Amino acid sequence: MFYGIDVGSTYTKIAGFNEEREIIDLHVFPTQVNPDEDVKKFLKDKNVEVIVSTGYGRYMIKDSFNCPVISEIKAHAKGAYHFFPDVKTVIDLGGQDSKVIKVDEDGNFSDFKMNDKCAAGTGKFLEIVASRLGVSLNEFASLGENADKKIKITSMCAVFAESEVISLLAKKESVENIVYGVVDSIADRLVSMVKSLRPEERIVFSGGGALNSLLVKLLGEKLGYKVYVPQYPQFLGAIGAAVSAIELVGDFV
Amino acid sequence: MSEKYVDIYKKLDMDIEKHSELMSALFQLFSDVFLTQKNRPENIKYFDWLMSEIHGKRIEELMEFKDKNKPLVGTFCIFIPEEIVVASGGACYGLCGGAQFSIPDAERDLPRNICPLIKSAYGFKVQRTCPYTQISNFIYGETTCEAKKKTWEILNDLHPTHVMHIPHMKGKREKDLWREEIYEFKNHIEEIVGKELTFEELKKGVEIINKKREALQRLDYLRSTKPDIVPISGLDSLLVTQISFYDDPERFSDKVFELCDELEERIDKGISVCESDTPRIMVIGTPMAPPNWKLHQVVETTGGIVINEEACIGHRYFKDNIDLDGVESVEDIIERMLERYMKIDCACFTPNDERIDKIIKMYREKKADGIIYYTLSFCHTYNVESKKVIDRLKEEKIPVLKIESDYSAEDVGQIKTRVEAFLESIRFKKSFKAKR
Ligand code: SF4
Ligand code: SF4
Repeated sequence: MFYGIDVGSTYTKIAGFNEEREIIDLHVFPTQVNPDEDVKKFLKDKNVEVIVSTGYGRYMIKDSFNCPVISEIKAHAKGAYHFFPDVKTVIDLGGQDSKVIKVDEDGNFSDFKMNDKCAAGTGKFLEIVASRLGVSLNEFASLGENADKKIKITSMCAVFAESEVISLLAKKESVENIVYGVVDSIADRLVSMVKSLRPEERIVFSGGGALNSLLVKLLGEKLGYKVYVPQYPQFLGAIGAAVSAIELVGDFV
Repeated sequence: MSEKYVDIYKKLDMDIEKHSELMSALFQLFSDVFLTQKNRPENIKYFDWLMSEIHGKRIEELMEFKDKNKPLVGTFCIFIPEEIVVASGGACYGLCGGAQFSIPDAERDLPRNICPLIKSAYGFKVQRTCPYTQISNFIYGETTCEAKKKTWEILNDLHPTHVMHIPHMKGKREKDLWREEIYEFKNHIEEIVGKELTFEELKKGVEIINKKREALQRLDYLRSTKPDIVPISGLDSLLVTQISFYDDPERFSDKVFELCDELEERIDKGISVCESDTPRIMVIGTPMAPPNWKLHQVVETTGGIVINEEACIGHRYFKDNIDLDGVESVEDIIERMLERYMKIDCACFTPNDERIDKIIKMYREKKADGIIYYTLSFCHTYNVESKKVIDRLKEEKIPVLKIESDYSAEDVGQIKTRVEAFLESIRFKKSFKAKR
């Protein structure tokens, strides 16, 4: 089995492939203090051939398993390519960062953009607002789809946006409309990042953000392209790392 | 070390408790970043030592200058005609502006959204934790950016500050203005020593600083001349360049030449600090005042090597010497000085295309594999200029990555990811080329 481990800031994701290049194992748990211990426990009785790790905590995995690491950029490019061999642009919205990646014909990335340290346009931003509104992230998309007014959140800064949300609530704006406004502002933020890299078809959207159907729809409208969401979008980095693990062996045979 | 020098710190009216807090943080950082490197040249020890004595031995030496009434000038910019200070028997040194430690104290007076360099430096004055600031007769400021020029007004209430008007274009009018400013600076120094500087003194001052620049030029050459052998890490080279702003210039030059001799030997013997296929990275942009070692550390612990800095703490500082050929009078020297300083391609100038041409030329000469454009947050000059530079680099098909950051540690993970991806793509391109 070939395993890819993506230690993100909030969740650790594991993807396992068999020799036939089929995904037969997917697992996720919250990232705790020692994610490597949790990974060890999970892999204990498995038949592990090669591991490749990626994500924010990749070096910790490297130290415990003595395995190669790859950047999240590379992992996402490989993951997207696995599902869509004609992918040209990947958008990833994770917990603490967002990135846009250009992919070439061979599934390697040719250019990328990533947000600077700032919560605007990341999953964190959604989280902050959701907790303010007292709704779960799962409810977010369906709430926003029921909006009857397209309001704009003008603050790009997560801290200010939070206070803007509070003042909207005070003005008796409906939760549905506020959610719409927040998702719309994230879409705007992502779109300007994507446009600076000259997006091309096919565009693949991954990460936890891709589970939000309203965000997917708005992104597509603003970009003027259909946006594709792969199976298991939150696992794309782990899947990409697992693909890398297979390639590593491929080099030897 | 602090114990020994407490008397000096008292004389300089420093906050001794806060200072020792700063020093223990600094030494911890220094040993984590520098002493963990493998295969360092033997002669780097002197620079490690100077760093460890940065607020000790070196300050003791400067105290002697002070007792002899020689001017001590702290600066943040390479536009300072340091030759004049050295000519007067005084010392000129760069002030640190690379630490997060002093920023909260600065933010009580200064806005949060100006660059960390200015906030850090100003904070040291507020905290009274920097002996170099405390000991100086005056701080040298210039008008190169908005953040600086307005901060000088505020700083001047805490410490005498001499501001030099640096123009933002390079025509004749500006040259005339600049000349006047150099003379005024000279007068200021002469007032302190109570006499006019002679031709001989000035010439000597220029010679000393010329030699320092030659030493740094040689180091710059040696670290990047061989495509497959890098005899010294980027971090260590950065350290040497940073120390060039503090140390006694004559002693420093000798030590750099000794280091360079060793590097030459290493090259002959094929001793490199990295594998031959390691991606060679040029870092360009905002200066990196100590202890800002973040980017170099990330690059070099992620599998790359920094072979050059196109920055003020770097190439911009030592690239040109003052030509003394045929000079006969004080005026001649000042004129030559002016010519030399006019060549500084700081982003405060408009237009500034010579900088871009220089970067491209350097990239080719040094056989670099990629460029990281580094800018501090809110450093508008370098930040805005990055657009023109990066566009040109892309036209030339030179791989480039832009990183904007400050001194906090929060974004190290993100920067690591970006640098790692950048190096991955370079390695991929390299292997592709090799296969062809
Ligand atoms: S960047 Fe410009 S202003 Fe800043 S130190 Fe260098 S020359 Fe001076
Ligand atoms: S030039 Fe940039 S880094 Fe230097 S003081 Fe001004 S804003 Fe700060």
